[in-house]
Amino acid sequence: MGKLMQKRGRKEAEIPTSSMADIAFLLLIFFLVTTTIDVDTGIGMVLPPKLEEDVEPPPIKERNVLKILVNEQGMVLVEDEPSSVQLIRDVVKTHVLNNGQDPRYAESPGNALVSIKTSRETPYNAYVDVLDEVWMGYFEMWDSEARSLGYENYQQYVDVVVEGQDADNAIREKIKAQISIAEPDQN
Amino acid sequence: MSTHFKKKAKTKEDIPTASLPDIIFMLLIFFMVSTVLREQTVQVRTILPQAEAISKIEQKRLVSYVWIGPMKLDGNRLGETAVQIDDALIEDVGTIRTVMYRKLVEQPRLIVSLRVDETSEMGKVLDVQQELREANTLRINYSTKRQLAN
Repeated sequence: MGKLMQKRGRKEAEIPTSSMADIAFLLLIFFLVTTTIDVDTGIGMVLPPKLEEDVEPPPIKERNVLKILVNEQGMVLVEDEPSSVQLIRDVVKTHVLNNGQDPRYAESPGNALVSIKTSRETPYNAYVDVLDEVWMGYFEMWDSEARSLGYENYQQYVDVVVEGQDADNAIREKIKAQISIAEPDQN
Repeated sequence: MSTHFKKKAKTKEDIPTASLPDIIFMLLIFFMVSTVLREQTVQVRTILPQAEAISKIEQKRLVSYVWIGPMKLDGNRLGETAVQIDDALIEDVGTIRTVMYRKLVEQPRLIVSLRVDETSEMGKVLDVQQELREANTLRINYSTKRQLAN
């Protein structure tokens, strides 16, 4: 085809490609602008499944539950005693790692439960502060557990063992984060 | 090398640009694939609380947002606390379960991210959570910002 055209002294039909890069750049800029790169961060939770009508919730020993109450002013009551948000982290740690020593706290890390109860008027950020402290308590326990296994911290343990070797997360198996969000009282 | 120095000076100094469009297209395709197109206009104000024990949600496509906060009104005024899912304000909290159930059928690994304004009261949040339990969408996330060093 080309030869034929050349004989007739015509130019070969070509699409000019010099502006291709510009067009692609424009599209690129459009997608760059519309892309939201910010990753959503937050505190992950799993809600308890809906209770069946006729099934009673499983019995839990009173001592295994660490009750935290947050009131309308954001004040905290731990096991019916006034406390502060900063203290919760340590209380959670002593509760979970009690291993049956103190009768007020949990029997074993596997049984330990933390219950957070709010009233309907509690401001959301007071609740998040308390929940955050409870989680930080668990994070610190996992960190020290990972260090005793010879890892730098819990994150490294997860990267090496759980992601790398596809093994079970033994630390979380041992110290389960069991946090329950209790319903406020009806009044 | 030194003997050929003169000859070398005659070589073209242009950077070959023939493959430039291809490179740009590669970048373009990367961004096209990774883009989640900008979603909804949020009609409620949500100033997120700060927290320390936070994790990232890597798979953005699994996430569905629920906004809870005071409604944005004209002239910078704030109205009553409202719940927004996708593009619509939810009038009746009881409808959340059907909305969420439909989303769960589409995406069985759905994570519901609650973007709640820090001044909101827990009552609304607990109502929404109760609806999520009814819909069996149990994986939730309290969206928070990273705590700045005090």
